[in-house]
Amino acid sequence: MSVNQESSQQAIRRRRWRDIDLRAVAPFVALALLLLVGALVNPNFISINNLANVATRSAFIAIIAVGATFVISSGDLDLSVGAMVAFIASLMILFMNSGVIADPVLMLLAAILFTIVAGALCGLTNGLITTVGKIEPFIATLGTMGIYRGLTTWLSQGGAITLKEPQLQEMYRPAYFGTILGVPVPIVVILAVTAVAAFILYRTRYGRHVVAVGSNRDVARYSGISVNRVRTVAFVIQGLCVAAAVLLYVPRLGSTSATTGILWELQAITAVVVGGTALKGGAGRVWGTICGAFILELVGNIMLLSNFISEYLIGAIQGAIIIIAMLVQRSLVRKS
Amino acid sequence: MRKKLFGLTLAAMTALAGVTHAQEEKKVTVGVSIPAADHGWTAGVVFHAERVAKLLMERNPGLNVIVKTSPDPASQANAVQDLETQGIDALVILPTDPDPLVNAIKEVRGKGTFVALVDRAPSVNDNSVRDLYVAGNNPALGQVAGEYIKATTPEAEVVVIRGLPIPIDQQRQDGFDKGIEGSNVKVLDRQYGNWNRDDAFKVMQDYLTKYPKIDVVWCQDDDMAVGVLQAIEQAKRTDIQYIVAGAGSKEMIKKVMDGDKMVPVDVLYPPAMIGTALEMTVANFYGQVPVRGVYTIDATLVTKDNAKDFYFPDSPF
Repeated sequence: MSVNQESSQQAIRRRRWRDIDLRAVAPFVALALLLLVGALVNPNFISINNLANVATRSAFIAIIAVGATFVISSGDLDLSVGAMVAFIASLMILFMNSGVIADPVLMLLAAILFTIVAGALCGLTNGLITTVGKIEPFIATLGTMGIYRGLTTWLSQGGAITLKEPQLQEMYRPAYFGTILGVPVPIVVILAVTAVAAFILYRTRYGRHVVAVGSNRDVARYSGISVNRVRTVAFVIQGLCVAAAVLLYVPRLGSTSATTGILWELQAITAVVVGGTALKGGAGRVWGTICGAFILELVGNIMLLSNFISEYLIGAIQGAIIIIAMLVQRSLVRKS
Repeated sequence: MRKKLFGLTLAAMTALAGVTHAQEEKKVTVGVSIPAADHGWTAGVVFHAERVAKLLMERNPGLNVIVKTSPDPASQANAVQDLETQGIDALVILPTDPDPLVNAIKEVRGKGTFVALVDRAPSVNDNSVRDLYVAGNNPALGQVAGEYIKATTPEAEVVVIRGLPIPIDQQRQDGFDKGIEGSNVKVLDRQYGNWNRDDAFKVMQDYLTKYPKIDVVWCQDDDMAVGVLQAIEQAKRTDIQYIVAGAGSKEMIKKVMDGDKMVPVDVLYPPAMIGTALEMTVANFYGQVPVRGVYTIDATLVTKDNAKDFYFPDSPF
């Protein structure tokens, strides 16, 4: 009797373990391992200050990658995000430099609104070109990547665009460097954006449609889902996320140049995949994405803090660590 | 007597010829081929090429300068060909990548066109390729920075932010090591910042975590200096005495001019060197002065006293 009871309890425990989606947990395991490695490499690594720095600066890629999670889950790809950051940030600074509104507070609010609208429009452009234009997203966004980058270079005449008004700069600076209850603002923004995104993806009809469209477009269409609308909205969400990243980027250096955001699209896609979202679409893991972005940033940080890795080898080791992180995930999933 | 008269007529004739010569305005066309403005420094090159071209055309009414920008070696080779078909007497070229462009340059030069090469030299850089070579001095850029640090803070602990892993960067590093040779200046670390503001910000943040005490930062480039300064300000660290950057962007030159304590000097690697090459090329035709050879521009140490000579508030860089 008692033996029976024990075994049934074990079964329940086992079932509980099985209920936890290991694929969703895996990125966090990889993250924990990295934290351990980091702590062994340099005692300063585990200091709150360093970890806060790393989390803060991962904000741009993390927020962009949250948007990319939607686009990738719905079976598309957006290569233009890096160039879009540069373009929208340049527009925002130029808008603030134009001095259309004299009052600095109103000006800042208008600039923020302007940035959000610009982001949504850029995303909408990508979405319409892929869906209405029926062009492969890879090519469509490669094209807009060139357009956004080229326009940025043209706006800046190849140089830098810098926020001129010192009063605005002073007022806006805390958006990156400030803290809320001791937590750096960008970290709060990451959490807020992710929470909203997770709600949309997991708890709304639109979220379920995204995953359905990503796993099988035809089946989704036959089920009465407006596939093109779902895909286009995913691109708009991506644009809004880019705008959110820009709102944090501009107060940091107060300037953009033609090299701003170069290769960020690849980092964002890597973060999404490391976070457990399949590149072929059909499953999205927003919290995993955040974890992926954090892992990417941590790897660079650990390399730099270590004393025994040649600066010439950093790229190679970064690549190796990403692959190892993915392998750790795979093996966990297989065990389940 | 007859001889004297003959001499006089000859003198008069040459004088007359000289006058007519000046009146008909010697026609010279100079083609300028430069990289498209894809980052701060090349943006500066474009700005100065256009600025000096305008100045020279005002000064010499018969002169025509055509400025063409190209994003990559292949399109630059086409641009050089286009310039050639327009009929140029001289070509001033700052190659995006020198080696792939050697043949295009030789082609132009084979037709008797004067060629001035700027900054980036192909592996074979002799007078079979160009008449004039105007270059910045990469080893000196490092050496001048190193010597300044050695002289100002002989016991300093320095962190270095490098550019990209390419030969220019290595030359600057070697120059720097030569500059600090024989002093107690200690290099704590060298990492790549990719000549990019955001990457330099990250590297500096990590340096600040890694080392509790840093005296001086050498980041060799004005773009990276922007990120470095921001990281130091954020960390509120007061141990860093100053930073040394380089190139000569208006932002950093302004800081030097204003006596910013964190940026006491800048080391010059001026994009305006395209203007030097253009001036010398035009001098070859109008001033008839010998200009063929190699002209290396010093990596001048910009201090508060001379900063205004290198300040271009209208330049994008």
